[in-house]
Amino acid sequence: MYEQIAFYLFSVLTIGLFLVTVLTKNVLYSMTSLAAGMVLISGFFFMLGADFLGVVQLIVYVGAIMALYAFAMMFFDVTRDVKEKNTSGALVFLFGGLVALMLVIIFSAPLVGEKIQAVYPMIDGITNPQSVGMVLFTKYLIPFEVAAVMLLVAMIAGIILAGKKMDQSLTTDDDIKVIEDISQEDEK
Amino acid sequence: MIELNDYLILSGLLFAIGLVGVLRRKNLLMLFFATEVMLNAANIAFAATSHYYNDLSGQMFAFFIIAVAASEVAVGLGLLIVLYKRYGTLDLDNLASMKG
Repeated sequence: MYEQIAFYLFSVLTIGLFLVTVLTKNVLYSMTSLAAGMVLISGFFFMLGADFLGVVQLIVYVGAIMALYAFAMMFFDVTRDVKEKNTSGALVFLFGGLVALMLVIIFSAPLVGEKIQAVYPMIDGITNPQSVGMVLFTKYLIPFEVAAVMLLVAMIAGIILAGKKMDQSLTTDDDIKVIEDISQEDEK
Repeated sequence: MIELNDYLILSGLLFAIGLVGVLRRKNLLMLFFATEVMLNAANIAFAATSHYYNDLSGQMFAFFIIAVAASEVAVGLGLLIVLYKRYGTLDLDNLASMKG
């Protein structure tokens, strides 16, 4: 009973918030509703018994990724509405609706099959974070390490791309004035 | 009782919302938001299958999706800032330099 109430409440709220994210013209509204929707999605994870995944969703998505977006938005004028020139909205909505229908069919098709076997079954009496740790550090150790290297590469790339004076090799000649302006401001 | 079906339909709906966003938006930052919506929809589907089939593999895949999303955001926002410094806009129609 409570599960049903929570599921439908979270579903309606998440869908509404993500619709705001996708359809609004203001970047600030979009980012805020995306963060709120991600908090609600972690609620789904807690309902599904994936406690550790819910905590990771809260920390990484809502904490780190949204903070990164917020920092990046300091570069842009967020109070101004985004002007977009859409050529044919009706056509886009038609194709979007068709793809949505196709996705629902695809997602509901394999439910008929009953042959799926659990490879790493959950054991009773062990909490979710413990079992996640056991599977992650035995069966998925190499993907874990590769993900760590990938995050390191992404961090270095982010620093090099967004660093203020490190991007001189990335820019062309007509940007040199901008760089000079920035360095003059720094000297002041 | 909430079945796996319900979660998968919810996930499909959220994925469709993200897809509409990717098709419709012209601003790069909004496109990033729409891809985040799609990744979250996939995560819900993985966690739901993991729960209803009593298997931990789905949660593992969800973790790796989160890691991929984090690195994508780091690199993507760096590129976004460089683009904004060079062109002063994030509109894809103005950024398109190859007229094809």
